[in-house]
Amino acid sequence: MEDGLINLGLVELRDKIASGEVKSIEAVEAVFGAIDKYEPTVGAYISTFKEQAIGKAKEVDQKIASGQKIGALGGVPVAIKDNMCTTFGATTCASKILEKFHAPYNSTAVQKLLDADAVIIGKTNLDEFAMGSSTENSGLKQTVNPWDVQRVPGGSSGGSAAAIAARLCYGALGSDTGGSIRQPCSFCGVVGLKPTYGRVSRYGLVAYGSSLDQIGPITKNVADAALLMNVISGHDAADSTSVSEDKAPVVDYLGEIDEGVEGLKIAVAPQLNAGADESVRKSVEEAIETYKKNGAKVIEVEMPHLDYAIAVYYVIATAEASSNLARYDGVHYGHRTVEPKDYVEVYSKSREEAFGQEVKRRIMLGTYALSSGYYDAYYLKALKVRNLIRQDFAKVFEKCDCIMMPVSPTTAFKIGEKTADPLQMYLADIYTIAVNLAGIPGVSIPCGFDNDKLPIGLQILAPAFEEQKLVRIARMYESQTDHHKQVPPLTTNL
Amino acid sequence: MGGRISRKDVEKVAKLGRLQLSDAEIEEFTGQLGSILEYVEKMNELDTEGVEPLAHCLPISNILREDEAKESLGTEKTLANAPQREGEYFKVPKILDDSSGV
Repeated sequence: MEDGLINLGLVELRDKIASGEVKSIEAVEAVFGAIDKYEPTVGAYISTFKEQAIGKAKEVDQKIASGQKIGALGGVPVAIKDNMCTTFGATTCASKILEKFHAPYNSTAVQKLLDADAVIIGKTNLDEFAMGSSTENSGLKQTVNPWDVQRVPGGSSGGSAAAIAARLCYGALGSDTGGSIRQPCSFCGVVGLKPTYGRVSRYGLVAYGSSLDQIGPITKNVADAALLMNVISGHDAADSTSVSEDKAPVVDYLGEIDEGVEGLKIAVAPQLNAGADESVRKSVEEAIETYKKNGAKVIEVEMPHLDYAIAVYYVIATAEASSNLARYDGVHYGHRTVEPKDYVEVYSKSREEAFGQEVKRRIMLGTYALSSGYYDAYYLKALKVRNLIRQDFAKVFEKCDCIMMPVSPTTAFKIGEKTADPLQMYLADIYTIAVNLAGIPGVSIPCGFDNDKLPIGLQILAPAFEEQKLVRIARMYESQTDHHKQVPPLTTNL
Repeated sequence: MGGRISRKDVEKVAKLGRLQLSDAEIEEFTGQLGSILEYVEKMNELDTEGVEPLAHCLPISNILREDEAKESLGTEKTLANAPQREGEYFKVPKILDDSSGV
């Protein structure tokens, strides 16, 4: 455990900046100090904006000095996954096809951070177009796990999770299509929240699986995630799938965070959990014991259709991806092949040259599933099973407040360990994927370490739009443990 | 494994997806897609007779707005990322040949 400015939580730092105890510029300098030291090893960022960040920090400090009002994230350094459009820097999606793409507008989530006076430090690495579970599919660079540099940070928001773990910023945005916030947070020992589908605007989030994608916070602790949720949540006229506030009002997620949930009923699915490594299972069981000691009741449930979640996901997500990625045509923006022999080659050769293997694989799979003669057998069937999966969750939530399970069956694996067999990589998503299919919110919080001192995550799931309850439940555990305060050896040894 | 998807299928899908795959990639994807599809067919164990397909978790309806003219991106911003441009246009190779009569 470590003290010092760089280890402060986002809420704590925000409060200290607002009270004048710490200057925003000091926090920004501390972050760039850490970046100078650790980023060459960790590789969390695709781009950083030092000058712009210093300018913004000075502006916030000036506002405070002159007694002006500042936003909810006044002066706090944050990072953004590089699949969200920004008018500053490039928006690459870690793909060679967008390496030089400069977005003409800010995504809504990023604009909300800016409006709240956050200081944007940089844009973080990811699996190309958020397709992957290890960040090894980045077309631009490799990010490593700060807890063990031989291992992956998880993915696809691996850059954001590694940046928080290595103290390279105070909060970050990720996106989660099948676990891409929760799984890297589990691997890196930080907190990640995937909101209900429709809670946060997807406007300006480069589309992968449009019925599954959702932006969410990655932070050192649960309160920090709640604060970021306060800033980024809400209806957006520019995203027709964002939910109107009369249907699901945005509440103050931070306000009642320490109040816990009286008479908490937790669902567990022992059958499902049996598939996890022993160290993971043990840690998750111990975490649930902690809840029991605090008066929670545990109810064993069955969710028979969750076994099919991976199969369903890799049909639906790839089908949506094949359609979404049709826009990379070498005409309007992005890479274009040199000297195409005809207009078809403008598309097919540009795409062949600039997409990575996993992206091509998913386009192929999705195109196949949607193609004439296979649509009913794959895509339509998957949509029906998706409904059964959603019903499994609905039934459990009739009698329970939340469901607890591991985030991932293993801790962080070695770089290169699973790249040769894509199906093995997909199967590791077993605990996270169903959540996106059902559209519900979930959070990953640190709940222990395995024998190699690699972090383990506890996953807590709640009914749609119950994020406030979700963070209260997560906070109940966090307030009694110190797993979330552990710092990777990297940041103390270098 | 194998047999689920042939080399010819992969070539056809690559054409549909506008990916000019190399021979090695076609070979690799034939095997990999075959085993992924075999796994995916696990769905067939379930009887989904009478189950409604679920494309979206939220009740999604058409959202309409007033038809008001608003400021748009403008030509320069729109063309700023163009791989090739000519004046105010995206430049692409000829789509129709001269004998098409169009």
